[in-house]
Amino acid sequence: MSLLSLVLVNLGRNKRRTILTALSVLVALFLFCALRGVLDTLEASIRVGSEARLVTRNAISLIFPLPLSYQERLLTVPGVRSVSYANWFGGRDPVDQSNFYAQFAVAENYLPIYASDIEIVAFDRPQVAGAVPPGVDPKLAAFMNERDACVVGERLFNRMKWKLGQTVPVSGTIFPGTWTFTVRAVYHAKNPAMNEEAMFFHWKYLSEKGMGGQGQVGWYVLELSDPGQAGAVTRAVDALYANSAAATHTETERAFQAGFVSMYGNVPFLIGVIGLAVVFAILLVAANTMMMATRERTAEFGVMKTLGFDDGTIFRLVLVEAAVITFGGGALGALLAKLVIEGSDFNAMGLLPPMTVRWATVLVGVAIAVVIGAASGLVPAWQASQRRIVDALRRVE
Amino acid sequence: MPIPISYNVRNVIQRPWSTLATTIGIALVVAILIGAFALASGFQAALVETGSDSNAMVLRTGADSEISSGISLDAAHILKALPDVAPGPDGRPLVSADMVVLMNQPRLGQEGSSNVTVRGIDPPSLALRPRVKLVAGRMFAPGSDEVIVAQRIARRFAHCDIGDRLRFGQRDFTVVGQFTAGGSGFDSEVWGDNAVLMPALNREGAYQSVTFRMRDPSRFAELKRRLESDRRLGVEVRTERAWYAGQSRLMSTVLRAGGILITLIMAVGAIFGAMNTMYAAVGQRTREIAVLLTLGFTPGAVMLSFLFESVFLALIGGALGCLIALPINGVTTSTTNWSSFSEIAFAFRVTPAGMIAGLIFAAIMGAFGGFLPARQAARQSLAMTLRAG
Repeated sequence: MSLLSLVLVNLGRNKRRTILTALSVLVALFLFCALRGVLDTLEASIRVGSEARLVTRNAISLIFPLPLSYQERLLTVPGVRSVSYANWFGGRDPVDQSNFYAQFAVAENYLPIYASDIEIVAFDRPQVAGAVPPGVDPKLAAFMNERDACVVGERLFNRMKWKLGQTVPVSGTIFPGTWTFTVRAVYHAKNPAMNEEAMFFHWKYLSEKGMGGQGQVGWYVLELSDPGQAGAVTRAVDALYANSAAATHTETERAFQAGFVSMYGNVPFLIGVIGLAVVFAILLVAANTMMMATRERTAEFGVMKTLGFDDGTIFRLVLVEAAVITFGGGALGALLAKLVIEGSDFNAMGLLPPMTVRWATVLVGVAIAVVIGAASGLVPAWQASQRRIVDALRRVE
Repeated sequence: MPIPISYNVRNVIQRPWSTLATTIGIALVVAILIGAFALASGFQAALVETGSDSNAMVLRTGADSEISSGISLDAAHILKALPDVAPGPDGRPLVSADMVVLMNQPRLGQEGSSNVTVRGIDPPSLALRPRVKLVAGRMFAPGSDEVIVAQRIARRFAHCDIGDRLRFGQRDFTVVGQFTAGGSGFDSEVWGDNAVLMPALNREGAYQSVTFRMRDPSRFAELKRRLESDRRLGVEVRTERAWYAGQSRLMSTVLRAGGILITLIMAVGAIFGAMNTMYAAVGQRTREIAVLLTLGFTPGAVMLSFLFESVFLALIGGALGCLIALPINGVTTSTTNWSSFSEIAFAFRVTPAGMIAGLIFAAIMGAFGGFLPARQAARQSLAMTLRAG
């Protein structure tokens, strides 16, 4: 009789206990992988931004604007191919204040910079045929020719059940009043990490209606002719404005995005701690089960030893039994986490990329399950293998 | 007649290792629940306790955070001259028109940076916000380029020790004092003279909020109606407490919901563990139970007895969980409050309510885990059991 078939028979002996233990390991590993998945997602979101683009913002913080006049000078910095800019609008849905989505006021040449990340999937035809500026997707003609038009993400478009040509009200928080935008195009994010729940509208409209034509820019996006020069351009730009009224802080788009994630502060650390507590808790459950299983089989191990099974075999028998239970539960739990979390479609209203549980995380989960199984079986296995035959047989239930 | 409770207590003590493993499992679940609640309560307390019911806070209509608000200088003058403003001990009105901005600062001991709130205040501000107390150094001199920094922030961000210099725009400001604010949101701020900070930051056009002590807080509703209908102002008025409570709502809801979700899932695992233990307990005592039944204890009493044992076991775990969670009380942590886009440092707050919730939760886990095994115990066939023995 091979070791494995013995293990299987033992597992089937108290099916209820085996199943309950496997289930608790399943739940725990599900939770562990789901929590790691949140961290995976946060980590993925710091890699969203491109390293071939720079973002220049006010050195004090993002809430301070920069003058529009910087655009011309930024273009003269060697290595900069084009300069665009955007503002955070920060409006709210007037009907449901808790229904949040991001709105950005963007320059004419802003969307073309992201042409490879987005794709226009629905659009209105322009009423009057007008020329679009070079580099702009011809599908955006209707958007480009209308002062208060907007382009919205597909997810947002579907969630809000908007239609093309519909007028959407937004109440401003930074720029007071009720604003209306006409939906003229819908984009799909080809890059899954790109926010598909945002609205883009003309910066000019914001400037005229909200800033009295003062020309304040939230941040500049600099396209580089050579990404290798990012460091040099960063230094050149910041040196340019070091002693001006609005000093700048320039970093790669990736670092800029990562900055938002670092604002979560200690939260990722806390999630990690909870994950560890979960793992420790199942270790106890599994250890308890294995102790119960070996205790009631003490006499049996005595018989097996009498028959000639050596200590090592008994040791392995208990250890493998524990590992099989936790491996079964753990692998199922980890896979379930991947399915459920990735299927949940949760993206914190567009603030996070879609949730992911990396395969590496699933593997770590399974590995942890096996290690827990082995660890929980260690003491009972040691006890079972070391007990003398006389003692084992003497114990009467 | 019910089976004496001491029967169960002794049984639990009889199996120390099994009891320990089960209770620690439950204890961890309870500890995490209490911890998550302590996190949410601490966060909420930091913001809610920032505000006082006797202070009124005025922001621009539609503004959902101080940084997106703007109160023109004219409007601020009108508000400062209101007869509703209570006078301070020195006879001057207790009112402060604040300039609020965010300053991006690198963190200490952790990668990345975050937004720290910088508040330019009027001199009566300290009397208006009695929680704020200087603990080191001195108050900034009015009209100077000096600032005071909350102690909690000083530990987390660079350049916040006394004597350090913080650069805002084109000017350096010297840190001359550190303050605490009783765990409130002010504990995450940098304060300076608004008359100096506003020109330094090119913010001369508008304040962000005006806060004043009300002469008669009971007439708040009337005051609110009057100011909000004043077309010169274009403002919304709330009590300071209501404003800060609103600022905490999103984050504390997320924290609490997240904590509950995690503990519920964990609890399912712990219940399976408890079931295992209870089935084993019932299994080992089959004959004992048969004897109990023979003695005339009803199946109901047996079931109740085992259910009680399970709940008892879980409650030990719950109590242990409370003990595990207790040391985190007062530990400071920080995150960004997305409602205001600024860093907020706060302390975990383990509350009696949170601990009671943990114990109740433990009892429920015990009841769920013990129900099926207890029913099995009550239903076993007498004849079969005794014959088998």
